[in-house]
Amino acid sequence: MSEREAILAGLRAARPQEAPPALDFSVLEEKRWDPQERVARLRRAMSAVKTEFIEAGPGDWPKAVVDCVLRENLPNLLFGPHTTEGRALAAAWPDRGPRLAPYDQPVETFKQELFEDIAAGFTTTLGGIAETGGLLLAPGPFEPRLLSLVPPVHLALLRADRIFDTLFQAFRELGWNRQLPANALVISGPSKTADIEQTLAYGVHGPKRLIVVLVS
Amino acid sequence: MSGNLEIDFLASSTRALGDAQLRRNFRRAMDGLMAKHAAVFPDPAEWTRLRALGAAIRAKNLLKLPELLEQLEKNLTSNGITVHWARTTAEANQVVLRLLEAHGIESLESDLGEYIIQLDGEMPSHIIMPAIHKNKDQIARLFSQKIKNAKYTEEVDELTAMARAVLRRKFFEAQAGLSGVNFAVAETGTLCLVENEGNGRMSTHVPPLHIALMGLEKVVERLEEVPPLYSLLTRSATGQAISTYFNLISGPRSGGEQDGPREVHLVILDNGRSRIYQDPELRVTLACIRCGACMNHCPVYTRIGGHAYEAVYPGPIGSILTPQVEGVGLRHELPHASSLCGACAEVCPVQIPITHLLIRLRRESGHKLPGSTVLGAGEARSGLEALAWSVWGWVLGHPRVYRLSTWFATRFWRLLPAGAPVLKAWTRSRHKPRAARRSLQEMARSKGVPHV
Repeated sequence: MSEREAILAGLRAARPQEAPPALDFSVLEEKRWDPQERVARLRRAMSAVKTEFIEAGPGDWPKAVVDCVLRENLPNLLFGPHTTEGRALAAAWPDRGPRLAPYDQPVETFKQELFEDIAAGFTTTLGGIAETGGLLLAPGPFEPRLLSLVPPVHLALLRADRIFDTLFQAFRELGWNRQLPANALVISGPSKTADIEQTLAYGVHGPKRLIVVLVS
Repeated sequence: MSGNLEIDFLASSTRALGDAQLRRNFRRAMDGLMAKHAAVFPDPAEWTRLRALGAAIRAKNLLKLPELLEQLEKNLTSNGITVHWARTTAEANQVVLRLLEAHGIESLESDLGEYIIQLDGEMPSHIIMPAIHKNKDQIARLFSQKIKNAKYTEEVDELTAMARAVLRRKFFEAQAGLSGVNFAVAETGTLCLVENEGNGRMSTHVPPLHIALMGLEKVVERLEEVPPLYSLLTRSATGQAISTYFNLISGPRSGGEQDGPREVHLVILDNGRSRIYQDPELRVTLACIRCGACMNHCPVYTRIGGHAYEAVYPGPIGSILTPQVEGVGLRHELPHASSLCGACAEVCPVQIPITHLLIRLRRESGHKLPGSTVLGAGEARSGLEALAWSVWGWVLGHPRVYRLSTWFATRFWRLLPAGAPVLKAWTRSRHKPRAARRSLQEMARSKGVPHV
């Protein structure tokens, strides 16, 4: 008998024949806030873990990103060139100054540069979470997984009208129970640790800074 | 009884109690964690309802465990993730080694706390904060000795930056990443990982091969069951409303993707869990989501720390889990590593009745209960203890003997020295109890109570 069959046979023989308990999700379903309060809650929670915010309008956010890169003196910004937002950013990018680097090749040919030269990465998000703070990302062909992980600074675009009340509600509304992308993420701040004497330190393995460009 | 002379909880806990630095480190850390826990659950009504939901979800998933594992396997496979099964840790290690196809591979811990203790050749002392037993001076010394060209610093930010520099290089070069799993979702075929540092994402997304390892109880049926468990987990573990990263992996790099692992494997490990599953009372041990709140609130753990348990899982959850996995005879001391104050059960986010299970395992260690499937049940039976109980039973069964012995005990107890054999085990750390001048029976009789 294979390991699999041996384990499953043991479990099946012991499986209790009881009716499963009913699940009452109302404690999560009741968590609702109005749109302004959702934005305020998200900002409060994420600022508390050192996330930075930049406010912008629907038309001028690319300029806000450029200004941020210039202000922070970042030598380059990595982005996904094939999204609508990526194209808008490329269109607004100045001819001179920091480089806008596309992540459009397999990581194997790009790893050294990604780890050693790239200063910041720009991604879109699918929305945010009001209850606890947090951004929802679904990396994929257009915005690779390492774009929001390896560069020391992560700039993320968040639309204020895409902030869900809770993670529970976000899963439902995005239909993720039927189909999940190969990778989905919640990011609630820059990388952190408290493994040394419970003292909070930021930027241990992932980005040292998370800057949210909030569009409303 | 155990043939393993290395396991001696009494000796290791006594040693730990004598280490003042260790006790200060744990006292400070556990006080901090308890305060954070209280602060992140400000509303008792919400806590009660969320925890009831968490317990119901875990109960339901355990009930349906065999079919959920099959559903998980089917959906993971159709997502392109290869599933392996292992009955023992040795089998799981073989699977991993086969996948790595070579021996002598350097393996490196990437979590900062795990990295610290690996540098020092130690085991974790806490399941969430593995290096909690060390203070920053000790870590500063360790880094300056073990990391090449490292200067001595006690600044936490600088120490963290040193570890970042070393490990970034390793992530860059690594050919495989090994991770655990916090929840595995059956309906979508998804592995969920909870973390703050980013080492989990680095290990699972940078190298071309990702191998995940999970105990078979980690499966949840539906994605909507994950948010309540995740909320209970981070809040109970470290007092955080949410972790920095919540990583849902449902497949390797797909056709159009530029990065991510080429292969993802999941090893589903039994290691005694299906035996625990057979016992209707003990099955709930498998509901644990590994938050560590029980140890953070345990007066025993706080005083002796994690290493004294000499096991992967310390604290109250370890005291019920380790004896069931390794044998209640070999680990008979662990169910006694509790004052039964009940703090562990009170903070458990999935309502595991830890104190009841401790008592059950205390009984199983010395006396195999009818139909028991507990590993090593009855093996810790002591001849002296059995004799004492049978004498006691015989005395109670013979009223004249009982009356005579209580008469003697009340008159001559004070003459018995505190250091007398057997009594010594009690008086070593406690006062000798004082006996009443007359037995209850005698007093009742003198008051004219009938039939005594």
